[in-house]
Amino acid sequence: MKEILYQTTHGRNVGYYLLLAGLLCVIGVALYAAHYMDVNGHHITGMNNQIVWGMPHVFAIFLIVAASGALNVASIASVFGKIDYKPLGRLSGLLAIALLAGGLAVLVLDLGQPDRLIVAMTYYNFKSIFAWNIFLYTGFILVVAVYLWMMFERRFNRYSKPIGVFAFIWRFILTTGTGSIFGFLVARQAYDAAIMAPLFIVMSLSFGTAVFILVLVVTYKWTQRPLSDNILKKLRKLNGIFIAAVLYFVLAYHLTNLYATEHHGVERFTLLEGGSITFVFWVVQILIGGVIPLILLFARRANPRVSAILASCLIIIGAFGQLYVIIIGGQAYPLQLFPGMEVSSSFYDGVAGIYSPSMPEFGLGFGGIAMALLIVVIAVRVLPFLPASLANLESTESNSVGDTQIARV
Amino acid sequence: MLALAPGVRLIDLAMAKGEGDAINDLVRWGMLVDTSKCAEGCDACVTACNEEHGIEDFGRPETDAQWIRKVELKDKQTGREYSLPLMCQHCDDPPCVDVCPTGASFKRADGIVLVDKHICIGCRYCMMACPYKARSFVHENLTNQKSYSPRGKGTVESCTFCVHRLDDDRAPACVEACDTEGHHALVFGDLNDENSEIAQRARTVSNRQIREDLNLNTGVRYESI
Repeated sequence: MKEILYQTTHGRNVGYYLLLAGLLCVIGVALYAAHYMDVNGHHITGMNNQIVWGMPHVFAIFLIVAASGALNVASIASVFGKIDYKPLGRLSGLLAIALLAGGLAVLVLDLGQPDRLIVAMTYYNFKSIFAWNIFLYTGFILVVAVYLWMMFERRFNRYSKPIGVFAFIWRFILTTGTGSIFGFLVARQAYDAAIMAPLFIVMSLSFGTAVFILVLVVTYKWTQRPLSDNILKKLRKLNGIFIAAVLYFVLAYHLTNLYATEHHGVERFTLLEGGSITFVFWVVQILIGGVIPLILLFARRANPRVSAILASCLIIIGAFGQLYVIIIGGQAYPLQLFPGMEVSSSFYDGVAGIYSPSMPEFGLGFGGIAMALLIVVIAVRVLPFLPASLANLESTESNSVGDTQIARV
Repeated sequence: MLALAPGVRLIDLAMAKGEGDAINDLVRWGMLVDTSKCAEGCDACVTACNEEHGIEDFGRPETDAQWIRKVELKDKQTGREYSLPLMCQHCDDPPCVDVCPTGASFKRADGIVLVDKHICIGCRYCMMACPYKARSFVHENLTNQKSYSPRGKGTVESCTFCVHRLDDDRAPACVEACDTEGHHALVFGDLNDENSEIAQRARTVSNRQIREDLNLNTGVRYESI
């Protein structure tokens, strides 16, 4: 039996308050952006009747997908019994809730009628995957909250496994629901594919683990707690497998499309002639977000800490690229209403949709990220989420004051 | 079903709609577009629709609403050219209704697909789902709205088949305008009434649905494409 000492962050240092102030500023900007969009209407954004979902959706879906993946580490400990990951379980659950809350806030504030949130909560069309997602997302927060409770409360520790299994299944269904937002769209060439659900699941595993690694490293650096390279080595290997899986699913998606003449148009658009979409696909998604991280994560001689941090940053940049290609690229390619015809109209039929993201959209998106981080920063200060040391599992040394809790693993 | 005289059946008389009666599915409103009569460059239907529903031109074509638009087509192989109006196709199985989280997108019993502006949250998922790009999002504040055709910033909208006119037995504004221009390219009526002009023509003249592969059983059909 090993013991872990969990400890809140502490001290009245300037850095902490500066961080809080910085995050609150970003959230303030986001709220102003949302207000500005609400008062003026969406014409002040880059979104239009061709590209109806824009940058807020790229940010929101990134956060929602990463939320599901951030729970990986807890799942590996509770569901698959890997004891080494157990000390990280609390942070994993916290990040999952925080990222999801940030993502949902962005989605809601982008609505044409954000004040009608109560309508979305009271009128349901259960044939809509969106309606299901409202339950899956809010339910996820609840399930993970209970899961955290089981992890925190020593008397209930034994229930963390069954609840962990339940949360694990829930997050699979949740990400299936997120991928199916696109998979169920029969009208558009880039969507209408069953692979969207599993693709989003592997994306969530990779993006969520990348965010987890960064938050872990930065938190331990700033709170001056020891973090062993062994943990990073394990996480690095894990994310190497995940990013390889993402690349494989992307390959399978495009190969299948390239086989069918019907989809040659959309593939030519994404892979060759789509301008910024093509650039983002090859350079940001594939090279920066896929190939380079894959090499970094599997390079034996690479410093585990440096390579894990660098690869995580690149994976997150690539994740935004991938979601940009899926969301914006999928809409930019025109609907194929008259195959074999040249089409023109006053409503942009037959031509690629044009989109230039606007400042309010970025403001809103970064606000979602800031909100997620703010939740984490406050939570680790008031509750013992973080082990005092991750130098090795036997250590129960406390290097400072603060609320502590010892848990056995 | 008892026929009293050609075209008059007892069941129809019994179910004839009075004022205040609920809409029922005995009627299926539809439109037949004869593209051979639709003149290239003519946009009388578009102008009439904008006028009827108070759709303003803000000079921002990317975000301005368009309920009906003229589409020009040219066959890449043969070079044959076509011109046709495109609007909400009033599908029997509308994808916009399937995906709407709140049920704001709905289909009336008589086949007209509408948006309930009071419960539309402005998520635009229906616009992602519509195979015809028939829907517009209201991107700005509106003024001078028509009382019979309410619109609202932050909600989605599309062709209503001029549902307010149907109650007065008037044809949709686009159909009227096309007739006034002398083109008579648009025939509107009850597809379920086998004696209506639209049903008879649809039965006898070759016509097709746009994106028939999706099997949506559209209320709008096209001749000569």
